[in-house]
Amino acid sequence: MDAAIEVADLRKTYRGRRTGEVRAVDGVSFRVERGEFFGILGPNGAGKTTTLEIVEGLRRPDSGEVRLLGRSPWPHSPDLTRRLGVQLQASAFFEFLTAREQIETFAELYGATKARAAEMLETVGLAEHAAVRCEKLSGGQQQRLSIACALVGDPELVFLDEPTAALDPQARRNLWDLMRAINAEGRTVVLTTHYMEEAEALCDRVAIMDAGRVKAVDSPAGFIRKLDAPTRVTIASGQLTDERIAELASGETVTGGDGTVVFETRDPRKLLTALASDGALEGLAVRTANLEDVFLHVTGREWRG
Amino acid sequence: MTATAEREAVRAPRGRAFLSLFKALGRGWIRDRSQIFFTILLPLMFMVLLASVFGSGDTAASRIVAVGDVAVLDGADADEFAVSSAPDLDAALAMLREGDADAAVVQDGAVVRIYPSATNATGGAIAEGRLSALVDDVNVEVLSAAAPGETVLATDVEEADGGALQPIQYLAPGILAWGVAISGVFGAAGTIVDWKRDKLLRRLRLTPASVKTFLGAKVSVNLVVAIGQTAVFLAVAAVAFGLRLSAWTWFAAPLVLLGTFAFLAIGVVIGGIAQTSPAAAGLSNLVTMPMAFVSGAFYPLALSPQWVQWLSYASPMRYLNEALQSVVVYGEPPSAVLPQIGFLAAFAALVGLISWKTFKFDEL
Repeated sequence: MDAAIEVADLRKTYRGRRTGEVRAVDGVSFRVERGEFFGILGPNGAGKTTTLEIVEGLRRPDSGEVRLLGRSPWPHSPDLTRRLGVQLQASAFFEFLTAREQIETFAELYGATKARAAEMLETVGLAEHAAVRCEKLSGGQQQRLSIACALVGDPELVFLDEPTAALDPQARRNLWDLMRAINAEGRTVVLTTHYMEEAEALCDRVAIMDAGRVKAVDSPAGFIRKLDAPTRVTIASGQLTDERIAELASGETVTGGDGTVVFETRDPRKLLTALASDGALEGLAVRTANLEDVFLHVTGREWRG
Repeated sequence: MTATAEREAVRAPRGRAFLSLFKALGRGWIRDRSQIFFTILLPLMFMVLLASVFGSGDTAASRIVAVGDVAVLDGADADEFAVSSAPDLDAALAMLREGDADAAVVQDGAVVRIYPSATNATGGAIAEGRLSALVDDVNVEVLSAAAPGETVLATDVEEADGGALQPIQYLAPGILAWGVAISGVFGAAGTIVDWKRDKLLRRLRLTPASVKTFLGAKVSVNLVVAIGQTAVFLAVAAVAFGLRLSAWTWFAAPLVLLGTFAFLAIGVVIGGIAQTSPAAAGLSNLVTMPMAFVSGAFYPLALSPQWVQWLSYASPMRYLNEALQSVVVYGEPPSAVLPQIGFLAAFAALVGLISWKTFKFDEL
């Protein structure tokens, strides 16, 4: 069976009058297996959206090769697009239509039934708002409607371009549940995001992009394991003597100040047990390495998501 | 499965896609109040405005200020003259400057001195003509009395076209052409700028429906709108303003459709250049206003300066206006407007080609 997506050495350069030459995509290759939840993570301007648009078939690369479900996205073919579901960054809606009319129009384009359209509205939790005009929906509701439109054709492969950007934390968590459910139904999901915790929470594998290149591809856990970074354990200062702190650190780094003591340890279990028996758990915070540390490590730059 | 059957299988969903897109876009149009305003209400407002500007004055009585005793006005017909008096010439001239009268009259023995208004030149000229005729009438009476039995010539004025060419007959086709032009140009330019913003076309390119089907549905909505606009406009003009429709009026439909193609093409070029809605509206104005002014839609070309007449050949509105006037008002058969149809078609094809060549699909 073909991979869901195969991308080889994509390149795309924009020539702007003011900006000069910008290499938006500079030799990108990756492969997404069927059923995978694949993330493309990078700061704004890393080339995520351009890469996605090339893969979807909206833009033609200057060079490179794309295979979607074993076929080229060019030229436009109804047989291929029928199997894709797409959610774009902008909420692309027909003006002045209600949520129901909107999704029913998309359903007709994909040859799906009205029942399916209603079911999708239900799935994304918009059944109560079916009669509301799209422009009157909140940002989160619009994103969910947009995802419902992407799903209405029962696609094998779903593209989601920064679906949670500009949403409040609660709306973002709700969308995460929805995206997990989509993937759990056996659909391949490709997600771009500039939220570290989002990629970490959802993706089977993540491609880290920066300046038009894929810097590394791995699972979030794999990235962190390879990073081999110490766990940072913070407690409020004044609970332990300096001698005891030095003893507990046993040669590893300790920093302090601002009313806290911070241990960096590779054996957090032992340290935490000792702190507990000392009764020195006030202000305790444990922070393991996350994708932010990975990004710093992979790109050599601080995350500025 | 035969090749035809296979093609049928592909075509069937395309027809359905066209219908659902047409429905979605049509609904959106009907619910957009600004569209209704621009296509239906604005042209009607212009008709009311222009009809009252051009339609008044010529039948109303001339306002005459008599300075002192003006004996000749004693025989004046109240339908033609509304006479007031002023104590001296200076007061009368002041009234003329303020536009309170069309002419001042002083009678000095056998000489009737007329001061036509410069403020309202047309009213002044009409008053002057009527006063001269009044003096002639009085002279004829005096001479007839002096030489009875002598034959005297008299004039009798009949309106040309049996009175058909009321201002509305002239104005309606022009305003209709203008209405069709603004809804086409503004509509297309605004739509394309909207698509740049909300990426609807980009999203639709990733559905099984083709871009051609979508654009076809969009243009079809505009064409249906243009026909509806024409029907409403002509109906209101006929019922409320006394526009007399010829038997060939139905031929306005194909003319308006052809014109809509030309104006949509202009709008697409503008939409390609503009990046925001205000920019699109501004540029659309910049193009449609001069186009309307030099088209003869609001003011007869024959009375316009030579350079306007030359420029008018470049305005597609001129041809639409002329053709509509010929078939709707004068009742000429479609064969009489073949040259206009040819120019409009050529214009639509040329601008359509330009829009196709300059359009950047990547921006949508």
